[in-house]
Amino acid sequence: MSQIAERDRSYLFFALPALGLSLCVILVPALLTVVLAFTDWDGVSMPVWLGLENFRDLLNDITFWRAIFNNVKWTIIFLTVPMAIALVVASLLLTRRRSQSVYQSIFLLPYILSPIANASIWSNMIFDQRSGVLGYFSRHLLALHDPLGHVSTALYTVASVDIWHFWGYLAVVFFAAMRQVPTEQLEAAYLEGAGGWQIFRHITLPNILPTIALMFVMVTIFSFLTFDYVFLMTGGGPAHSTELLSTLAYGFAFRSFEVGKATAVALFMSVFGLMAAYAYVWMSRESLQQ
Amino acid sequence: MIRTDPRPALLARLLLGLMVLVSLAPLLLVAINAFKSHADIVENPLSLPHSLASMNFKAAWIGGNFSVGVVNSVLLTGTTVLVTVVFGALAAFPLARRRIVIWKLVTLYFLCSVTVPIQLFLFPMYFLYARLGLIGNVFATALIIAAINLPLSIMLLRTYILTIPTELDDAAFIDGASPWQTFRYVILPLMKPGCVTVAVIVSLNTWNEFLITSTFQQGDAGFTMTLGYHAMAGAMSPDLGIMMAGACIVIVPIIAFFLFLQRLFVDGMTAGAVKG
Repeated sequence: MSQIAERDRSYLFFALPALGLSLCVILVPALLTVVLAFTDWDGVSMPVWLGLENFRDLLNDITFWRAIFNNVKWTIIFLTVPMAIALVVASLLLTRRRSQSVYQSIFLLPYILSPIANASIWSNMIFDQRSGVLGYFSRHLLALHDPLGHVSTALYTVASVDIWHFWGYLAVVFFAAMRQVPTEQLEAAYLEGAGGWQIFRHITLPNILPTIALMFVMVTIFSFLTFDYVFLMTGGGPAHSTELLSTLAYGFAFRSFEVGKATAVALFMSVFGLMAAYAYVWMSRESLQQ
Repeated sequence: MIRTDPRPALLARLLLGLMVLVSLAPLLLVAINAFKSHADIVENPLSLPHSLASMNFKAAWIGGNFSVGVVNSVLLTGTTVLVTVVFGALAAFPLARRRIVIWKLVTLYFLCSVTVPIQLFLFPMYFLYARLGLIGNVFATALIIAAINLPLSIMLLRTYILTIPTELDDAAFIDGASPWQTFRYVILPLMKPGCVTVAVIVSLNTWNEFLITSTFQQGDAGFTMTLGYHAMAGAMSPDLGIMMAGACIVIVPIIAFFLFLQRLFVDGMTAGAVKG
């Protein structure tokens, strides 16, 4: 027994660099964040203990509730629209034997580009009233307003750009999972005279269900962390209509220097993250057993 | 192959064609407008350029401060990849091979840290770095991005080691090899393809990273390529032709890198999500 423990001790050195880095960059600052959430801090002077005041302020702040609501909306949009597109496209790719890898590369292109480039391309070349394609159409065909500038459409507009960038990744993952569906099952279904939809519903779908479930959890996690596209395209505006928890926290910390409040928002985000983490760990339990 | 009704095949082709158009159209807009003047773009963003003159590109290279950006981007990405792959490969070894409770806890810790919002550690980290004078230091920033990329990389490398038969470890043990020798001479050579895949994915993530990079690489001297482009695009009354040329400069190297190493990209993205 002690001999085994000794052997494990020599293995400890392998994990030390990664653990050390992760503890210094993530765990210790995260614990500091928890403490700071109960203080008033501008980032420079000594933090002042406030107790629960930051949380009380947030719960009374209508922008905070709007941010939570927007995060929920964002999650629902991302769990349906890109999932559906990716499932349809992945099953269509199965029918294209020679061209599937070409399609796959094209669909991945938006995913591999930087959010800064993507956001600026869409804002300036498509939505902008002066220089974008929409502006051109509204001058020559019918008047369309800039969908980013309106409270009722801004969130959906940013979400569609993010979906444009993201769906190809899901399609590639689903396609890889579908290619592992046993061919005997597919052939048997063919011979039984099953149609395309029946094959999808009764053979493909049950086989790729674990992958779909994992992507479901991943998309939920990332929907609560999402930041780039909203920050780059609208900065949370107009009139906080696209504000998310992440942009709200960022604004508190670096625009109004209410770091205590920013960390309180971050704590709320982590609670959502923790719930998703539980689901994620639960789904990875098989690989943990190995 | 069983003969099927040609109509669904046509529909499939049409739908896929539509998605190709949706994916590529914004990128084609960048390509054509990079060669046009600002006035021509405002006149009609869909018109073809009159010539393939490269003035826009020259102006963008200077405006985006890309000669500084390219050095910082390469240093930042290189350091992050190096740290992530070395630390990740080392940590993956005991996590794949040792079975007592402590290793399960370490795995659990890394799994949980995948879901931690960056904002949970960003603010104390930023003000600490500011006090230490590390803002704008690519190597210090690389450590943060490496820590973020580590958990998923470790998981990926761990599954890779799991495919290597344990008999090889046992044979090395019987021959008197230490754990380090087993790792260095038995496991590492066999897990090289896994390390390459992780390196490719992490370099893409780092090159494109926005939140950490824009927070910690402040000041012109610390700008990466994407930050230089961001600063140029955010300037007052930008020239759109120059801006799209700048977008080309930022985008084209990534596309080239991607097309060159497609197989590795797809492997890295689907590993872990698809049970092999």
